Amino acid sequence: MYVAVKGGETAIDNAHRLMAEERRGAPATPELSLDQIAGQLGLAVDRVMTEGSVYDRELAALALKQAQGDVVEAVFLLRAYRTTLPRFGASEPLDTAAMAIRRRISSAFKDLPGGQVLGPTYDYTHRLLDFALAEGGDPAPAALAPEPLDAAMPRVADVLGQQGLIEDNPAGDESPGDLTRQPLNFPAGRDLRLQNLARGDEGFLLALAYSSQRGYGNTHPFAGEIRMGNVAVELVPEELGFAIEIGEIAVTECQMINQFKGSKTRPPQFTRGYGLAFGRSERKAMAMALVDRSLRAGELGEDATSPVQDEEFVLAHSDSVEASGFVQHLKLPHYVDFQSELELIRRLRAGKEAAE
Amino acid sequence: MTHATGYNFAYLDEQTKRMIRRAILKAVAIPGYQVPFGSREMPLPYGWGTGGIQVTAAVIGADDTLKVIDQGADDTTNAVSIRRFFARTAGIATTERTEAATIIQTRHRIPETPLAEGQILVYQVPIPEPLRWLEPRETETRKMHALADYGVMHVKLYEDIARFGRIATTYDYPVLVNGRYLMRPSPIPKFDNPKMHMSPALQLFGAGREKRIYAVPPYTAVKSLDFDDHPFEVQAWDQACALCGATDSFLDEVVTDDKGGRMYVCSDTDYCGRRREAQEAAQ
Amino acid sequence: MTAVHATDGLLPGFADPVLDSQRVFRAVLEATARPGTLVELPLHLEPPAPLDAATAAVMLALADYETPLWLDGTAATDAVAEYLRFHCGCPLVSDPAAAAFALIADASIMPPLAAFHAGSDEYPDRSTTLVIQVATLTAGEPVELSGPGIRDSARLAAGAFPPDFPRWVAANHELFPRGVDLVLASGRSLAALPRSTRLEW
Repeated sequence: MYVAVKGGETAIDNAHRLMAEERRGAPATPELSLDQIAGQLGLAVDRVMTEGSVYDRELAALALKQAQGDVVEAVFLLRAYRTTLPRFGASEPLDTAAMAIRRRISSAFKDLPGGQVLGPTYDYTHRLLDFALAEGGDPAPAALAPEPLDAAMPRVADVLGQQGLIEDNPAGDESPGDLTRQPLNFPAGRDLRLQNLARGDEGFLLALAYSSQRGYGNTHPFAGEIRMGNVAVELVPEELGFAIEIGEIAVTECQMINQFKGSKTRPPQFTRGYGLAFGRSERKAMAMALVDRSLRAGELGEDATSPVQDEEFVLAHSDSVEASGFVQHLKLPHYVDFQSELELIRRLRAGKEAAE
Repeated sequence: MTHATGYNFAYLDEQTKRMIRRAILKAVAIPGYQVPFGSREMPLPYGWGTGGIQVTAAVIGADDTLKVIDQGADDTTNAVSIRRFFARTAGIATTERTEAATIIQTRHRIPETPLAEGQILVYQVPIPEPLRWLEPRETETRKMHALADYGVMHVKLYEDIARFGRIATTYDYPVLVNGRYLMRPSPIPKFDNPKMHMSPALQLFGAGREKRIYAVPPYTAVKSLDFDDHPFEVQAWDQACALCGATDSFLDEVVTDDKGGRMYVCSDTDYCGRRREAQEAAQ
Repeated sequence: MTAVHATDGLLPGFADPVLDSQRVFRAVLEATARPGTLVELPLHLEPPAPLDAATAAVMLALADYETPLWLDGTAATDAVAEYLRFHCGCPLVSDPAAAAFALIADASIMPPLAAFHAGSDEYPDRSTTLVIQVATLTAGEPVELSGPGIRDSARLAAGAFPPDFPRWVAANHELFPRGVDLVLASGRSLAALPRSTRLEW
């Protein structure tokens, strides 16, 4: 007898129970705590917060635990939670010049006020599997610098700006849009573009940025500055009328500096690409800055011929939650459509045989 | 909070529902036009019915009775999941009977039982733009809709005829609504297209990932594109349903063995089940 | 979600904001989907004068801080403005073409439909919805309606409008897909004339 390829509620419940069991792993092994995830898988937490658009290490850690470490699934969990949160307003722009620096490097200048600060980084590590780490144990303590960092750490782009060598970055008085409340229209303003890229999948942005370095959209970039550390978040409550600090968040900021030969209306000068991500997300911030600059091709009068310069292509496909959902929806039953196609193929074949 | 889930009635917050409701009203006023809306991230994945769910959540009330189908069936996994979502977050009554439902959310089918005035059919839509395969850019297709410039679609269908001797589109077959907007009916088989024309029910379409809502009001002309010498026609089967004997319903082909064995059964499980009940009662 | 308690002198809004908003929306949806159909307000509401219950209910259900609202001279009383600002939080605008909703409390001296935003060819949805309070939805001069939502034809007898109203409505229909949409309210009754509806007087 015909048994439908259909699952009742019991089948779904059982599948979810099985998944929960697999997530827990061997019962003899201690269960992961959120503190462990937030503390020891911090870069995964940073990525989930960035693409999930919620700055909350504990929730991001929970999402990672619930998703068995699947970052895209964890981002989805955090996003779905975020949708239902009430909105109180928008913060004042972050002042990253006033960042409490933990890392700050520039590839454009050998030295600069405040100096190069390596901070915690995988750069220059030899990527050899560390079997000692498998054993566990406390690392050797990091050495303290003999003196504290300079209080003044001017942003490289600001230093160049004083000499007019790089384009202005006007403050803009309009309040930024929010693509989580209003659908994106094209052409998108830079505010929505940067929001889209900040939420965008790191792998997608990385590949696009890479393509721009290989000739698909020529950008001639220099990593003007990458800085990471804590910045204050300020909000102006309606009833007060002045800014109050509501907390601190860790961010990574990247300002790419790009050659620009000038146009009829603009003198030759350096142009900017901008990247910002929560926590320590350097690869993401750099990729974002390259893609941002590439997407400015139209605005700067450059030929937009490559995928990375195509706003609709980039912005419509950057979101891992959208992409993951739609790719995986192919798992849903399609047998009505497939039946329709079967019938067509048979008819076309029958027609061809009859003709021969 | 209306329910023990800790979420608002039908999950969405009131501000979001108002925004969706305004979009639905504009969609009804401009039949076939895709209204952009601020689609939210739902607790179900994009591509799995988030547009239909948001439309249903904005429309549904405490007195409604909901039916959810996928591929015509009430008991497919995704239909079960969506029905549970609303039973849990809105506490509403659910049914599998087409005529007992006030709201029917569907993926890929229109029920065989004719719909009635007062019913609302909510379609889950993956890609709302009928011109998308011909022109991937939203900026361009928006202009084409503004000018009612649908020549590319006619050319595409005519190329099918030149090459295959017939139009080779079997589902998600393009329609013209109220003589103005080209519309994608969502991936229903073209077998179902005639049911959209002058339907007494209100038809709402939700595309969550693509952030569009569109509508066909009751008693509105919905014409499947065709040519004078190649009129639109629907699929027909040589077989009858192996379970209920229906010859007028859309049939799924089921593989019964690995030696070429096949059987055909109604895709609409409610329709098939009701026919069998009636046959048993008559015996 | 709980009902908002009115402050001194401010009349209360919906008793159950969640379910009442849904009921009123469904009434407007039914009216819009079947132009000419009279729909009864499914709840009790006591708005400030000169608003009728149906007029106020549509605003409470659909307007909020994202929808700029224009009030005609009759509606623009302090009591109405305060009521709508409190319950809907919608910004009031003086330019009718900048409004998402326009509330007209006296249809007989209303401005022409062309004064409001008809949307663009690319985005015809970005148009004003007019909520027009009329003296009657049963006793005016009957009009023949046709178009989407109407099987053969429907009749509506609303009034009173300015003498040029038929010409405005015809011109608005000609703009399709651009155009404004009308919700007519009287007492506890609602009807709608979306831009897709053709009227014959």
